[in-house]
Order: sequence, then structure tokens, then C-alpha cells
Amino acid sequence: MEIKKTALAGTLESSDIQILITKGTKGIEIELESDVKKQFGDQICQAISETLKGFGISQAKIKAVDKGALDCVIKARTIAAIQRATNASEELDWRAI
Amino acid sequence: MKNNVNRQLDENLMNKLGYQPFQGTDIGNPIKQRVAPKVRISTGNDKLVDSLEDVVKKTVKDGMTISFHHHFRNGDFVFNKVMRIIIDLGIKGLTLAPSSLTGVMNELVIEGIKKGTITNITSSGMRGSLGDFISHGNLENPVIFRSHGGRARAIENGEIKIDVAFLGVPNADRLGNANGRFGDAVFGSLGYALMDAQYADQVVLITDNVVPYPNTPASIKQTQVDYVVKIDQVGDPDKIGSGATRFTKDPKELKIAEMVNKVIVNSPYFKNDFSFQTGSGGAALAVTRYLRQSMIDAGVKASFALGGITKPTTDLLKEGLVRRVMDVQDFDKGAADSMHSNPNQQEIDASWYADADNKGAMVDQLDVVILSALEIDTKFNVNVMTGSDGIIRGAIGGHQDAATAKLTIICAPLVRGRIATVTPDVTTVVTPGDSVDVLVTEVGIAVNPKRKDLVSILSKVKGLPLYSIEELQQLAEKQVGTSKKLEYHDKVVALIEYRDGSIIDQVKQIKD
Amino acid sequence: MTQAIDNERLRRTMMFVPGNNPAMLKDAGIYGADSIMFDLEDAVSLTEKDAARILVYEALTHVDYGKAEKVVRINGLDTPFYQEDIKAMVKAKVDVIRLPKVESAAMMKELEELVSVAEKEFNVAPGSIHLMAAIESAKGVLNAPEIAAASNRMIGIALSAEDYTTDMKTHRYPDGTELEFARNMVLHAARAAGIAAFDTVFTDMNDTEGFYRETKHIHQLGFDGKSLVNPRQIAMVNQVYEPSEKEINQAVEVINAIKEAKVKGSGVISLNGQMVDRPVALRAQRVIKLAEASNLLDEEGNYIEK
Repeated sequence: MEIKKTALAGTLESSDIQILITKGTKGIEIELESDVKKQFGDQICQAISETLKGFGISQAKIKAVDKGALDCVIKARTIAAIQRATNASEELDWRAI
Repeated sequence: MKNNVNRQLDENLMNKLGYQPFQGTDIGNPIKQRVAPKVRISTGNDKLVDSLEDVVKKTVKDGMTISFHHHFRNGDFVFNKVMRIIIDLGIKGLTLAPSSLTGVMNELVIEGIKKGTITNITSSGMRGSLGDFISHGNLENPVIFRSHGGRARAIENGEIKIDVAFLGVPNADRLGNANGRFGDAVFGSLGYALMDAQYADQVVLITDNVVPYPNTPASIKQTQVDYVVKIDQVGDPDKIGSGATRFTKDPKELKIAEMVNKVIVNSPYFKNDFSFQTGSGGAALAVTRYLRQSMIDAGVKASFALGGITKPTTDLLKEGLVRRVMDVQDFDKGAADSMHSNPNQQEIDASWYADADNKGAMVDQLDVVILSALEIDTKFNVNVMTGSDGIIRGAIGGHQDAATAKLTIICAPLVRGRIATVTPDVTTVVTPGDSVDVLVTEVGIAVNPKRKDLVSILSKVKGLPLYSIEELQQLAEKQVGTSKKLEYHDKVVALIEYRDGSIIDQVKQIKD
Repeated sequence: MTQAIDNERLRRTMMFVPGNNPAMLKDAGIYGADSIMFDLEDAVSLTEKDAARILVYEALTHVDYGKAEKVVRINGLDTPFYQEDIKAMVKAKVDVIRLPKVESAAMMKELEELVSVAEKEFNVAPGSIHLMAAIESAKGVLNAPEIAAASNRMIGIALSAEDYTTDMKTHRYPDGTELEFARNMVLHAARAAGIAAFDTVFTDMNDTEGFYRETKHIHQLGFDGKSLVNPRQIAMVNQVYEPSEKEINQAVEVINAIKEAKVKGSGVISLNGQMVDRPVALRAQRVIKLAEASNLLDEEGNYIEK
């Protein structure tokens, strides 16, 4: 799948993560801001990139601002951002998740 | 070198500073020698001064130990006024020995360190930018963290020898009789400052309210005071009462509080004349409310409530549910006002409150205490000093001291955001698991296995899910995942004293 | 015929959780609600419907909600969101889908059809996803009997008073007179169909007295329970539904008599020389279930002194 436009999902509330996704050309680049980066930075980035891969996205820039989100929230916000960025908003393929 | 809670300690540093590793919670009955301060003889008629700068010039010299109290909390003006003058005078090599450091003091402490004014610190804790600054190795010598009882002990035995104590008070007469109970910047009990007043060589009172002589009740006495300095304002009344004492509406905290109360009322200690201490955290405050109802229902009255006092506790005093409040510190204006009006609210100093090397401290008589935790591990060791990112962001307070109670309950949520509270090993051990009896989280409780009696009683209480601490740790880990191990430099940035003066843990410089 | 009480779960409390709030989704399971209702409808703004749907899906498939019944309120049939909502929630194997603003049996049948299709698509056991209807209008109240009986998947019917009172050209009053007819309709419809009846929410968290008054009232009428907006209300509802010591002791005697009759192989159950008939036995079973849920029974099934 291809990123068609810049999209944002998630909030800056506690336990949430905000994912900003834009077109990229150098594979998957993730810029992460998080209070738990030292302890969980790798896991957060992994959750994001695995979700992108699941949707067949290999080129994207991600800016993530984490407020202590659990993996399932990170995944959910990444999917929502992908959906919005790929113009697939109303017809997500639920079989793909 | 490892101590008895399995913490690696820097042997060279321990030897250099003459410290022993933590052995155990039992203090025994040794005989200790206390010290006495120098006294500059005066008839008392030369104490009142207008210029703080003149007093600082007269009293503070390079290499001295100076102290402050933190009863004004984040409304403190005194610390920054004094430190500004000291830094600007170019004084070097001071040891800063306040009862604790609050956020409002951070900026000047950092400036003082950078300029060589401050080279050593001992405190109950620190937070925010200062904690971050220290954790990154910016002070050459390690900070010594002591509990409130531990500080009292160290002052009494001369480990902390205070040259000058700068003590802000909301009222004082011209000879230095003062208390914390009236004036614009009231904070109630002067508990921590009483140690400084008694043991510092030079005592400087700073007030915005000079009252006619003689001033009573005199918590600090004219026999202890060298100077009384009048300034415009000692503190911001709105910021003295800590915001933490609002009654929580957070359903998770309420759930924890309800379970804490269940643990208390089902324990063998809940009977007439029992005693208790609650902290100022959201859940701890809510416990007071549940406990009140349980006391009324069961017709049980308490002999005393201890420690840092809040309005919900002084309300119990007023209602006759508690016979005495033994008050080392007041967290809100309600509690401070109550000290002014209720003779059964007794001001106590930090030694009386919690000193291990004593002929009897209040904490030794304590039945039940409710304490909080940043982290607690599967050995029940508690961390209230560093975040799970290894950065200093807390204070020992009376944690180690009050944990000597017969029933020590730690209340904490299982996880905070993505941070597990129940962990395999805490980042920093502050209070040894040996003195902790029950952990209460929102999902259920864990009882220290050495308390077989409590396991047997509490396992029969319906609506109080009993887990092993390992199970709770795994539940937390299942939610948040496994955190990566922190990396540190070799430099030790802080030592954590146990209340007896041995070292229970060290904090190393964090790697970014 | 009323289904056997033994197969019925307690539904005293149905706690609303906003579907786009990660912190609340994470903690929803710790408060002991009998049912948790994840909301994709009113609690979610139009621009966040997609994100909330995915978030609730991920929460349902990853967070442990213990013994609570998991309910999702989807968006109405007249919105562009409901088909996606259904797919996602069926795939997540939610226990119950709650449809808002139901006015006819046909609406429930339409939902049932879509759920069946989704069950096939996502390999979910046919018939495993249950349904419930929220009644929010005069028309819905008058059609409550056919709505409650619209499908074998139905487990409950709920009154939603905010929209309903607006439809009735009134608003909510402290004494609830304006809701009396609707409450009785919904309750009778539920009982006739053998499903649960849920009362509406009470939103003023500062009016504890009013909350107790309303909960006692709907308990007296016979509602299974109440929809809740705040976890703090759970303990209050449970307290109202808690059986008294006398009720429990009587129920224990009835249950013992039933057991005794079984052991003897006797078809007739008798207690103190009186015959125990079916309504008495059913009521006793329900009292025991409530007593257990309120932690009022010991291991041997006897009342614990409070």
C-alpha cells in the first residue's frame, strides 16, 4: 500500500500515542518522542513498523508522540493513521488486521 | 560489595565516606553519643536585623554546612532569597542540608552547583530539573538521601553538623520565639525545622511578621536563635498547601483506597486505641474517609494519628474518633489551622517522630501505616526515589521510618501509563521489603509471605483478591511488556541511607 | 416462558466507556462491572469514528476484561458507520452488540442479518454474537414487545431516557414520573421475551441521594440493572441489589430443601411443611446469585455477618 497524503491519528492524552504519517523514500523512518523511550522505545518502534508491514507499507516517515500507550493502542493508532493516509477511511479491510 | 537487599555498592566510595552496607531493619539497643551546638552568648537584645545580606555575610563562610526546612513547600521564598545572596557573595564549597528540596528551589540549587557554591547535598529528596541534573552526574560528590528520621539521627550524632540554619517562620518576636501557626504564611507544625533550631551552631530566623515579645506558643525558642531577620514575605500562602490533598475522584484510587481500608479493618490491629499514619497521596487520603466510616460502624477509636497531617485526619480528631494527632508536618491549611485551635494536635519534631537512635520514637508505637510507591518489587522492596527511567524524582520522607509499623501497607496502581509499578527488581531500594507487609493495587493485594498470620486472615476476606507478588508482577508485565534494562555510567550520583545510617542503595549516573 | 435463572448472568451494572479513550479502555475491567459497554456512538466525534472503532477492536482483542460481559454500542443504522462497526466488532468476538435508537423489530432483524454475514466472513461461530436494543423514542417504547422478541440473539433491552424525554416533549425530573410508562413498557417487553431490562443512566455524579432513589425505584420495579456513566456508581447499584440477611437465609433454606428433595428423589420440594413452588425456587436462586456477587456467602453457602 502507498501513502497518498499526510495523516494524523491519536491524541496527546495520557495512555495514548499520536501518529503522524507522511510519504517517505528511505524505507520506514520513525521519530519517537516518549517519556518511556529508554525502557520501551524499541518496542514502540517495533509495534509501529510491524503494523506498517502488515499493510504492505515499506516507505513512510512516522513522527510518534507517545504518552505511555500500550502496544494495542500503538497498533490501533498506527492503523487509523494508515487508513487515513491511504484514503481507505471507510472501507478498511478487516480481514487484513 | 553487596548489602543485605542484594544491591551492588561502590566499595571505594563506601570506604572513603565511612559507610556500612545495610544489614537489616533491626536497630537493637546500642548506646549512642549525641552532639551539642556552639552557643554565642547574648542577652537577646541584638538579634533583630533588617538586612538579610548582612546576616549572611556575618554567618556563612566557605566550606560550611547550611540548612533550611521545606515546610513552605512550593510556596517557599526564603530559600531562594538566601541562596541568591550566598551565590552572589561568591561563597564556595557549601554543603546544603535542608530537610527536603522542593521544586521551587531547583533553579538556584543548580546555579549554586554550577558556580561551585554548593559542592555537597543531603536531603530527603528532589524532583524535576534538579533530579535530572543530579542524575546526569553534574555534582561531583554523591547526594546523601536520608529519611526524616534519618536526618534527625544524623543531626543528633553529628554526621550532619549544621553551621547556619536559615529558618523561615510566619511569625517571631524580636528574640526568636516563633511558631508555624499564625501569620500570612502559616504551615502548622515546624517539626523538621525544630531539629535545626536545636542543633545548628547559628540559627537565623526569617519572618515577615515580627510580633510583640514574648511570642507563644514558642515552637522555636529564644534560647536557640541568633538572629531574627524581617523580610517582606516568607512564602506564598496559595502554594504552601500541597495540591495533593484534594479528595480524589479518580475511580482507580478510590478502588485502591477501599481495599486498603478492608485490609486495615480485617487486620488484628483494628481495635480500640489503635494508631495509624496515612500519607498525602490521593488513595491514602481517600483511605481516611473509608476508615472514618469503618471506625464509626465498629465503634472503634484511635489513640493517635501520626506524621504528615491533612484535614481529613484533623476532622477525625474533631469528631473524637482520634484522641491525639502527633503532627510533624501539615499538608494543607485545614490541618495547619486545626493545630492553631486544637490542643490535642501535638507538634512533634523529626526525632520524636521517627529517629531510629532514640529512647523511643512515635513510629515504634505505630500500628498501621499506608504508604505509596513509585515501584515495588517481588521482594517487597520499595522505591520512592527514582523513576523507572533511573532519574531522581522523589523523596524518602518518612517512608523508611513509618514502615516499621506493625502493619505496613503500600498502595499503588499496578501500572502507571506504560510503567509497571510492580517489578522484578526496583530501580532503587529505599525501604527494605522486610518492613513491608501488604501491597494493595487496583486488581488485588499481595501479602509478604513472612506474614503468614496476615495471609491466613486476609485470604478469607471476600472481595479482597489475594495474589502472590510474583503474580501481580506478571500481570503488570503482561500489560506493559518487558522494559529494557537501564544503562548507567560508573559514577555514583547519590547514596540512599537506611534510617540507621547504613547504605541501602546507590544511584548511578544515567546514560542517555 | 422465563428461561431458567441458572443460565442467566447478573447484569446489575452496565458501565459506559468512551470508545476513543485509551486510558479508560485500559482500566475498564478493574471496577467489577457486570457488563462493560464500549461506546462508538455518542461518546465519539464524527471525525474519530474510524479511530475509535479500531481502538476498541484492539482493546477487545488484547485487554483482559475478566468475567465482565463485553458490549459495544455501535452507530445507528442511519449512519455511514454502522456496517464497518458491525464487521469490526464481530471480528473482535464481542459478547453483545447494542444498537441505539431502535424503533422496530425490523431494525433488529437488519442488524441480525449483517451480523450473520460478518460471522461467516470472519469465521466466528454462527449465532455467538448477541444483540441488545436501546429504546430512545415514543415509537420505540410502543414497539418494545416486538423489538425484545425480534431475534434469538437478543439478551436485553435498555431504556435511554435523554432522547426519549426530548421526543416526549419533556425532560428528566428528579422523581422520574415522566419515565414511568416507558420503564414499565421496556420491563414488560423484556420479561415477556425472557431477556434482561436495563434502566437509563443517571448523570449527576454529585447527587448521590438522587442516584440511590432512582436505583431503588428501578430495583423495585424489577429491572435487571442500570446503565452507568461512572465506575463509582457500580458499588452503589450493587448495594441496592444486595439481598438482606433475611432474604439470604430464606433462600438458603429453599435451596437446601431443593437439594434434599433431589437426594431423596422426591418430585415435591417442601420446606417447613409447605410446598416450595417454582417461582419461590427461582427467586431463591436469584437471591443466592446476588448474595454470592455481593460476597455475602461463605464457602458452605451460608450468610456472612457483615
